[in-house]
This record gives sequence, structure tokens and C-alpha cells, in this order.
Amino acid sequence: MPAVSKGDGMRGLAVFISDIRNCKSKEAEVKRINKELANIRSKFKGDKALDGYSKKKYVCKLLFIFLLGHDIDFGHMEAVNLLSSNKYTEKQIGYLFISVLVNSNSDLISLINNGIKNDLASRNPTFMNLALHCIANVGSREMAEAFASQIPSILVAGDTMDSVKQSAALCLLRLNRTSPDLVPMGEWTARVVHLLNDQHLGVVTAATSLITTLAQKSPEDFRTSISLAVARLSRIVTSASIDLQDYTYYFVAAPWLSVKLLRLLQCYPPPEDAALRSRLTECLETILNKAQEPPKSKKVQHSNAKNAVLFEAIALIIHHDSEPTLLVRACNQLGQFLQHRETNLRYLALESMCTLASSEFSHEAVKTHIDTVINALKTERDVSVRQRAVDLLYAMCDRSNSKQIVAEMLSYLENADYSIREEIVLKVAILAEKYAVDYTWYVDTILNLIRIAGDHVSEEVWYRVIQIVINQDDVQGYAAKTVFEALQAPACHENLLKVGGYILGEFGNLIAGDPRSSPLVQFNLLHSKFHLCSVPTRALLLSAYIKFINLFPEVKPTIQDVLRSDSQLRNADVELQQRAIEYLRLSCIASTDILATVLEEMPPFPERESSILAKLKKKKGPGKVPDMDEARWNVNGNTEHSENTEPTNKSSPPSLVADLLPTNRPRPASYSPTILSAGNMAPSHPFTDLLNMNSSPAAGASLLVDVLSDLSSPAPTPTTGPGPGPTDVCEEHFSRFVCKNNGVIFENQLLQIGLKSEYRQNLGRIYVFYGNKTSSQFLSFSSSVTSSDTLKTQLNVHTMPVDPTVEGGAQLQQILNIECLSDFSDTPVLNVQFRYGGTLQNIAVKLPVMLNKFFQPTEMTSEDFFQRWKQLGVPQQEVQTIFKAQHPMDTDVTNAKILGFGVALLSGVDPNPANFVGAGVIHTKNTQVGCLLRLEPNPQAEMYRLTLRTSRESVSQRLCDLLSEQF
Amino acid sequence: MIGGLFIYNHKGEVLISRVYRDDIGRNAVDAFRVNVIHARQQVRSPVTNIARTSFFHVKRSNIWLAAVTKQNVNAAMVFEFLYKMCDVMTAYFGKISEENIKNNFVLIYELLDEILDFGYPQNSETGALKTFITQQGIKGQVISLPVSQTKEEQSQITSQVTGQIGWRREGIKYRRNELFLDVLESVNLLMSPQGQVLSAHVSGRVVMKSYLSGMPECKFGMNDKIVIDKQGKGGTTEDTGKSSGKQSIAIDDCTFHQCVRLSKFDSERSISFIPPDGEYELMRYRTTKDIILPFRVIPLVREVGRTKLEVKVVIKSNFKPSLLAQKIEVRIPTPLNTSGVQVICMKGKAKYKASENAIVWKIKRMAGMKESQISAEIELLPTNDKKKWARPPISMNFEVPFAPSGLKVRYLKVFESKLNYSDHDVIKWVRYIGRSGIYETRC
Repeated sequence: MPAVSKGDGMRGLAVFISDIRNCKSKEAEVKRINKELANIRSKFKGDKALDGYSKKKYVCKLLFIFLLGHDIDFGHMEAVNLLSSNKYTEKQIGYLFISVLVNSNSDLISLINNGIKNDLASRNPTFMNLALHCIANVGSREMAEAFASQIPSILVAGDTMDSVKQSAALCLLRLNRTSPDLVPMGEWTARVVHLLNDQHLGVVTAATSLITTLAQKSPEDFRTSISLAVARLSRIVTSASIDLQDYTYYFVAAPWLSVKLLRLLQCYPPPEDAALRSRLTECLETILNKAQEPPKSKKVQHSNAKNAVLFEAIALIIHHDSEPTLLVRACNQLGQFLQHRETNLRYLALESMCTLASSEFSHEAVKTHIDTVINALKTERDVSVRQRAVDLLYAMCDRSNSKQIVAEMLSYLENADYSIREEIVLKVAILAEKYAVDYTWYVDTILNLIRIAGDHVSEEVWYRVIQIVINQDDVQGYAAKTVFEALQAPACHENLLKVGGYILGEFGNLIAGDPRSSPLVQFNLLHSKFHLCSVPTRALLLSAYIKFINLFPEVKPTIQDVLRSDSQLRNADVELQQRAIEYLRLSCIASTDILATVLEEMPPFPERESSILAKLKKKKGPGKVPDMDEARWNVNGNTEHSENTEPTNKSSPPSLVADLLPTNRPRPASYSPTILSAGNMAPSHPFTDLLNMNSSPAAGASLLVDVLSDLSSPAPTPTTGPGPGPTDVCEEHFSRFVCKNNGVIFENQLLQIGLKSEYRQNLGRIYVFYGNKTSSQFLSFSSSVTSSDTLKTQLNVHTMPVDPTVEGGAQLQQILNIECLSDFSDTPVLNVQFRYGGTLQNIAVKLPVMLNKFFQPTEMTSEDFFQRWKQLGVPQQEVQTIFKAQHPMDTDVTNAKILGFGVALLSGVDPNPANFVGAGVIHTKNTQVGCLLRLEPNPQAEMYRLTLRTSRESVSQRLCDLLSEQF
Repeated sequence: MIGGLFIYNHKGEVLISRVYRDDIGRNAVDAFRVNVIHARQQVRSPVTNIARTSFFHVKRSNIWLAAVTKQNVNAAMVFEFLYKMCDVMTAYFGKISEENIKNNFVLIYELLDEILDFGYPQNSETGALKTFITQQGIKGQVISLPVSQTKEEQSQITSQVTGQIGWRREGIKYRRNELFLDVLESVNLLMSPQGQVLSAHVSGRVVMKSYLSGMPECKFGMNDKIVIDKQGKGGTTEDTGKSSGKQSIAIDDCTFHQCVRLSKFDSERSISFIPPDGEYELMRYRTTKDIILPFRVIPLVREVGRTKLEVKVVIKSNFKPSLLAQKIEVRIPTPLNTSGVQVICMKGKAKYKASENAIVWKIKRMAGMKESQISAEIELLPTNDKKKWARPPISMNFEVPFAPSGLKVRYLKVFESKLNYSDHDVIKWVRYIGRSGIYETRC
């Protein structure tokens, strides 16, 4: 560190730092720091007259200690004091400390702001700069609030120094980024635009950054900047002679400013004004021309700067997408870069070309480089560049070169990096589908794809093949043949087997005529691979076998033998076992007609969005690529139309694109409930869940319930039932709630309903928790409580509204307020309605609101009890029942249940200690009903006798009913 | 089992690296350095698990010893081994320091080969090791030349090391049979400001230095409660009258040197052994009941406004007036925003040590049943941090010439049947030293 002057050296600081650096261990360092901190504390505390120099020195030390990772909790005040110093070095250290250490510290921020305000008003450029830098560095909301209005005026004031303007522009940019709502737009905006005309290039550079950000937010306000930017750009680019001050960088004129101006122009469409437009075009041409000139320097900085401008210019050309000549020139320029020595340049060229390929003007031009790109794919050493090459090939592909490109990608796939294989597979699958001229080629390609990179072929890809084959009648025979041939290979990938199993199961009859692929041969071929596959594939193959039984009655015994074998019927996997049993029974019981109906060919799949495309987008992540892709779809749609007016569009068969591209469907996802609701055995049943392998076995079983009623499969719960309309009220868990207040009242595959309730006198509150057990949203969710007419007069239930959507895996809470008006015996019903996966679900649950919930326990002595017991001696007031115990007779459990029922358990009242005696009062709004109960267990006979005496007959009966079910 | 052993200096440079098993890769060395030695936060746990590899480390001054393993080993065993390793190194070349380790690295590798075999700890008894690793450590100063061994002695090594008594060789002869016995205790205390004992325990060691001829059989007796009860019940001891008057102590747990016959201890509660030659630790023990606390610290802290703190600390010595405590040091922590301290003390010297954030009060000697006090005024700097000072406890260091646990050596008898010297001929020395461990009083 060169000693600037005697006062600036800060020897103490240097000594301290070197001490710290020389510390042998962490402990020693901590000791040294503690010592220094104590010293600074005593200095700050001691004599008030600490001169500026030593204050600066100590603040510096504190800053250093803080940067070493120790906490500093004092010295802020001294740093703030430094702000008001007149010496630059002291002020600088003060600002430095504040920028680093102050975090919206409440009591100091006003002092700091005051200091900054003074400096901003000081007209001293260095001080103003320091203040602006501090604001930009801290960039907190408080600062934005305090200065957002002041800085624009500094920026546009006429008498502000250039360097201050520069800082002000950047400071404003920073505030605009952190708290955009606080930066007011006003009359200064127009004047900011004129900064583009400023003499000082630094100001222009800073202003351009600011304007670009602002223009992105409100393009209309800054439209005037276009002409100024173009003018400025042309002055820099075209006229070599003007004075660029110090802004020439390795013979490139103001590269940063050029890049920023070009960026700014990318915020707007091409200028309307012809003169302006031609001037811009001239600029861009000049930039392109300059790229052709021999380099003025061998230094890498020169070419870097030059290329930076060039790439930004190309980006602008692509953005405008209006000048065919420029586009083609840009494309040619990039073509040169494709073979450049610099890896970075090759990467950038490929990346820019990807966007160029989407322009209708340059698409053809891009296509001329196909060989270079393919070559790059093969020879490039850098994997990221290869990846770009794949992207470019994907982007430049159209009907004319699709075969070549797909073939090249396939051949590259064999030795591609594992990281990008899956993406290439998806791309190949999409291209093959999109540009398929005939289906045979498509089927060949995909089968090839599975052969080469089977592990990377995701489910979506082979679902897609099957969808296309099923939807296109003319390709089915060929597909069956090809698949059959492909399966002949001794080792084939499981995905191929899946496709093979499915297609042969559906269309095996189309090739059965040939003795080489007779039904038995087909079956044996599939079955020879059966044992090597995973469970889902085996399940699929089993379904294929049952289809075979339908297609070829002659192989039925063979297949039945297979299904009957122990390895199927007693398979450890439930799914396989169940399929084997069900298919076997189906084949034995059902007549050929039923078989034919049940195992009919799959209906065509409905059109949906392409799952492959969705997957590719997801893989790329949400960023520029999906946009680009979408842009491409549109653009390509246009090109297709423009060039295909003559042959393809209407008549010719291979307009695969027309019927596949816009929609592209994922696997046919159908839910068992819908099938159930259909009532009959939908012909598609085994295969719908074939492609939906992860649906639970229970659901699978329910499909066959009607036909194979002798099978012991679990009946579906009534509430999974379909569609709107009256549904059964679920009271499965109802009785559990008689003696407790919390728990799960309802549960099925989709929804769980839990309750938490509390009661006080005649009021109650129930918290209902709806848990979405699936991973997708419930839409238009609603719930209400209905009561019978009589109940309405006895019980008030008030429900709070709930959100209409429940996210997957989320829980929703609803509050029910309950008021008991008089005694009641009915129960309210909770109705829940929501839409899941397109079907409306309706669930009704009995709400466990019973009379006993409004009990208040009453303690009383033995005397009192029997006195009251006698008072309630009228026969109508007593209800007695004798019943058999349903649960083991455990005293503790019974105790708990009686307490849970709501009454006080009175011990020592009954002469027989084994008996249970309880008393309580039921609170309703109108009356209070006292209640005495006595439960006499008989362990030998496993019987109970329950006696209840209350002042009201109906209450006695209801309570007796409720309680007697509990033991 | 231990997969490898590394020794680092304070900068994290590897001084010794010995890998015993293949599952420990080269990167393990760096993993420990990066994650423990150079960690941002100080690593306090002695066991660190990095990428399914466990690192057990101990630190001796500036030197880190780390044992590495991928297996689920007994951590106590590994640490016992590391401590043993430190003892062995100290016995060979003195203090464990970077310089000494660098000077003796050949010796250390030889030792490591001997005391760990494929990660399994072997005989790590210094006495035994010295019989066959005869290299002399380089201690900085010149020391006596290695004892040249006769061929006969060398041939005995194998039988001794593999034999039943691996810690002592035969044929040792001394002109004067001498025995030194030190009872070293460290007393740990945590006391509330009101003088209530929150936790207290004594961990003690019995260290012996024996210079005895032949293969003597020793018997050690102390005033352990169980032993005395047992003997009292049996009524067979020769001096029942004497022991009944004495206090007995309750030992919570103890561990013995491998030479002690554990079977005999289990059955008769008697500690009998054939001692190794030279210095060794006979037993370690811990007591928690009836501890004599040598000092009582009475703190008085008063906060006067936001910028001032008054501290008064009184210490009282609580033992026989005839005894003298030494090296007394009281450490009074000061708040982190201390800007100045004034100290007044009657006795000894007190000083504010800014680097340690504490007032350190030192007294050279203090007799029993005395009292002394210090008062300090601490000036504070107001900070913008709202955090309150946590008031760390006042800690104390001292050394007293008695055993705070109350342990007494009752007898130490030596029997040597083959050579003609008897118990009376052995000169025995016993010494008690009580030191402070973590001796803290909250304020």
C-alpha cells in the first residue's frame, strides 16, 4: 500500500493487520482481536475529543474485524460522525463502514440519511459520488424512500458534473431494481432520455442501462429513446473519426455502450420511421462488415469486444426479424464462427443460430449449415457445445431434412453423453412424430430409438407410439410386423417388450396369417421374455395374453396353462396374482361373445397436449427455451402453411402433423370411478389400467366385481362413487365419536376428513380438516351441513366458508359453530363436493354431533344421587336396556368411555363397586336436563345392564341408544 | 476398527499420515482439514462425520491427532487409544509439538506400526514398547544414550510381550527398592450465586512410580466404603480398631491399569497387582459425594446504569489452617462492551486482560480458613445491540496439598517371595495433590 500522505497511512491499522496475519492459531487471533476491541472501546469511551484521523483508524479496524467474521456492536456512531467530516479519506471510510455494516438499523438510519442528504446537497462532486455510491450499495427500502425523489433531479439537473450524473443514473437503476414502486416516474423521464445525447460517454453508458430497465417496464414512456439510441449507435459505429475520449477498447469503439444500446433497441419492435430504420440497418450492416475485416490486434480482448458487439447486433436482427438480407448475412457470419477455433464462439454461434432458425427468412440459410452442425456433433470435444448442436439440429429440422437429422441424431445417440441422452431421445421422438411422412418410418425410428437408448426412453415416448399406432389404422399391420421382428433379437429392451406386448395384443391377428408369425409363435416369443421383466411389464404382458385368448381361440389352452401355473396364481406380487386369477376366471367363465366385448380392440385415444413436449419443456426448465419452442411452433405452423399450399394440406395422407402436432395426447388416463359409473363392463377395462399401472389394486379389482362376483375382492367404498347425485351417507366412524371429540371421521383414496371439536354448555365448535391425499388440485371445493327439518329447530349449525381449491397434499380447515336449542335425536350431515380430475366427487358424512356432547358433568355424593334417583322414579323417565358386550370388559376402558360420554363418574356411590354410576346435566338453550346413569356389568355372562333416568323421556331414550352401542 | 491416523499441525498441514485400511481414501486427509481444522465455526464435537467417514480427534496444544474410520467403532476405544498414543509419544520424545513430531517422524511411524495392527490396537504400554523400540526420541537436548541390551535380554522380548505379564520383564534389580505414590485429583464444581452446589465431582488418578526388584506382588488399600464395609463385616482385618474411626468415601466408578487383577478386585475388593517398572497410572476414579470444596467464591455484581458495573468477589478457603493452597487464580469475566476497568484487591495481583475479556486475579499462596476479596468497577460502552450480557460464571484455579474427595491411602504392601527383601525394606512416598478442574460459580 503506497503511503498517500502522512495522514493517510494509518500505521496502527497496518500493524494490527499484520499482527492478525501472523497469528499462529485461531485462538491467538481471537485474543488479539479482543484486545484491540477493548482498546477501541476505551478510546471511544474515554476522551471525547478523538480527532478525525484516529476515529477513521479505529473505524477501519472495526471494519476489518467485522470482515474477519466477528460481530461488531458498537462504533456505528463514530462512523456516522465521520460522514460529516470534510476530509475525503475520513468520509470515505465512514461511507465504507456504513455500506458494509449498517442494516436498516432504526435509530441510526435517520442520522445516516441526514449525512447523505447533506452530501447530496453539497455540490462537491466527490462527496455527492460517495453518497450516491452508498445509497446504491445499501439499496434498502428506507434509503429508497428517502432519496428516490431526489436522485432523478440530480440526474437531470443541468449543472451536475458528468461523474455525478453517471453515479446518479446507476444509483437510480439500483433503487429501481430493489424497490421499483418507490421510484416515481415523472417529467424527469423525458429528460433522462436526452442523456443519450450527452457529451460524456460514461454518462451515456450509465443512462442506457437505466433506460433499458425502465423501458422494459413502461415501453411507451421511453419510445423516444429509439431514435436517440440509433443516432448514438450510428455515430459510434459508422464514424470512425469522432472523439471517443477514453472509450476505445483495443481498437473497438465503445463496445460496452454499443452493446447496451443494442440491448435497449431490443426492447422495441423495428422503428417505423423509414429514415431511422435505414440508419439502423446501416449500423447493423457496418457491424457485420467489421466482423469481416482483418483483426486490428491479435489480443484476445480485441476479438472479444468485437464479437460481443457482433452477437448483440445479431440478437437485435433476430429480434426484429424483418430484414431478410441482414438475417441471411448474420446467419452466414455465424456459419463462419461454427468452425472457429474458439470454443466459446462456436457455442455462441450455435446458440444464436437456434434462434435464427425460427425466423422464416433465415430458416433456409440456417439449413445450409447442416453438415457443419452435424460435424460439430460428431467431433466437438466440449459437451455443452454438442448439446447446443443438438438443439440447433432440432430447431432447423423441417420436413425436407427430417430424415437426415433424425438419422444423425440416432447415430449420435449411440455414443452421446449420458447427461443429454434423455433429452435427445425426446427430441428424436418429437421430430419423428412431427415430420413423419409415412408411419412406417415413424415406427421404425422409434423402435430404433428404443433399441439404441432403451434406458433413456421415458414412459411418455412409448405411450405415444402406442397411441399413434392405435389411432392410425393403416400402420397397425406394419407396426405389428416390425415389432414382431424386433422382438426376435435375443436381448431386447424392456420398453421394446412393452410396446411389443401391447401392439401384438391388439393387432397380433394382422400378422397371424403368416406361418412364421402364427399365434403360438407370437405367444411363445413374448412369453420367452416374460421372466426377465419387471413387474409392471409382466402385468402388461398378462393383459396381452388375455387379449390373445380373444384374438386366437386356438392358443387359449396354452395361455390358460400359463395363467394357471403357480408362478402366476401364487405370485408374490398382488397385482400379478390378481391379474392372473381374474384373467383365468374370465377366460373360463365368459362366453366368446362376452370375451369379445370385454377384450375388444382399444378405441382411439382422445387428443390431448403432447406429454413428450411437456416433458421436454420441463427438462429444459422454465426459461427462454420453452418460449423459443413455442415461438417455433407458431412460426413453423406458418411455414408449413405457406409452403404446403399445394400438396399436403388437404388431401394427402401423411399430414401427421395436422392431426398430431396441435394436440398430442398423453396416455389415456381414466379413473376407475368413471368406469364404475358407466355401469357396464367397459370394453377397455384391462387396458385402461394397463397404462395406468400405478392405480391401486383395489381399484383394478373393482372393475371385475360385476362379472366375477364370486371373487373375494374388496368392494369399493360407496363414497368413491361417481358423479353428482344422491350419495350414501358415510357413518362408518360415527359411533367412535360418541365418547371422543377428535379423530378421523372419513377417509378414502382422495380425501381425508378429520374433526376436532370442543363443547361448552349448549355451544360447540368443530374444526373440520379436509386433507387432499392426491398430488393434484381439488377444484370448486365446497362443503355444507344439512339437517332434517325437525333438527333445524333443535340445532343451529353455522358453517364458515372455505377456499374453492385444495392443493395436492394440502389441508384445508373449516370451522362449524353449533348451538343446541333443545334436545334432539337426529344428526346433521356434512356434504362435501369437489372436482377431481374432471369428475365431480360427492361425499356425505354424518357429523358426530349428539346430545351427549352438551353434557356438563356433575359431582354428587351417594346420598344426593339416590335421592335424585328416587325423584326420577316415573316409569317414562327411566330407560333400561340389557345388552351383550361387544368389546372385552375392561374397567379402565369403560371408565374412560363413560367420562368421554360427558358425565361425571361417581365412585363409591353404588354399593357394588363393579358398577359404574354417572351424573351430568345436558345444556340446551331452552332447558337443562339432569341425567343419572348406572351401568352394571356382568363379566360371567358378558352382558351389561344400562339404566338411565332423566327428566325427559326422549333424552333418556336417545342417550341410552348412544351409550349402549359403545360397550 | 481404526482405518487410519493423521497428525496435523495448527495450519492443517499433515505431519503424519498412516492408513491401515483400504476404505480410507486419500481425500480423507483433506476432508478433515477442510471440515474441522479450517471450519468456519469452531468444531467442538470430538467426533465428526464427513461423508460416511468418522473422524475422532484430540488436540494437544497446536497439534491435531485424528483417527479415521468408516466402520461403526467403539468411540471410547478410539479415544482411549489416542490418549495412549499421546502418552507413548510423550514418553519417547517429551512434549508433543510440531517440531518434536517433525524430528521424530521415523520413530512415530515405527510406533504406529507397533501399536496398531490393521487398525486393531495392540500393546501400547510404554514400558513394554521401550524394550523393543529402542530408538531414542530426539527431545531437543541431548539425553542419555540408549541402553545397550544384551542378547539375553533381547531374546526375552518375545516371551515377555506375548506372555501373561506383558508390562514387566524379568530380572529387574535395584539397589534401593523405592515406591512413589501420587494421588492426583481434580475437583469440578458449578455453584449458584447463592452458594448452592449445582454439580460437583472429583476425578482422580493414582499415579505410581515403582523401582522394585524382581517380580513383586503389591497390594494397595484405601478408604473406599465398600472395601471397609466388607472388611468390617468379615472382621478378619488385623487393624479393625484403627479403620473404624476413619472416614470412608464412596467411589462412583473406577478403572484400573491392566496389571491389576480384576478377578480379585471383584471377589475380595482388594487391589493386588504386579507393577510395571517406572511410572504408570494405577487407577482412575470419580466421586460425587462428600466432596471437600477447598474454596468458596461469593460474587456480588451490581449494574449501575447502562454504563457501569460493580463487581465484588470474596473467596474463602475452607481447609485446615496448617495447609497452604497455591497457584490461586480467579477469573472474572467482563462484558463484551467493557471500555475500562479499575481493580482493588487486598491480596495478590489483579489485572484486566482485554484479550480474554476477563479480570484475572492471582494469589501465590493462601492458608486455610482465610478470606480475601477483590472489587472492580467496570465501565461499559453503550452499544446499539439490545442483547443482554449473559454473565458467564466466575472460574477459579488452584492447587491444594490434600485430596478433595477425602481419599486416603491405607496401605501399600509389597511381597517378593523369591528375592530376599520384605515390605519393610521398601521406601514408600505418598503425596496428595488436589487441583481445580472446572471450578465455576455463577454470578
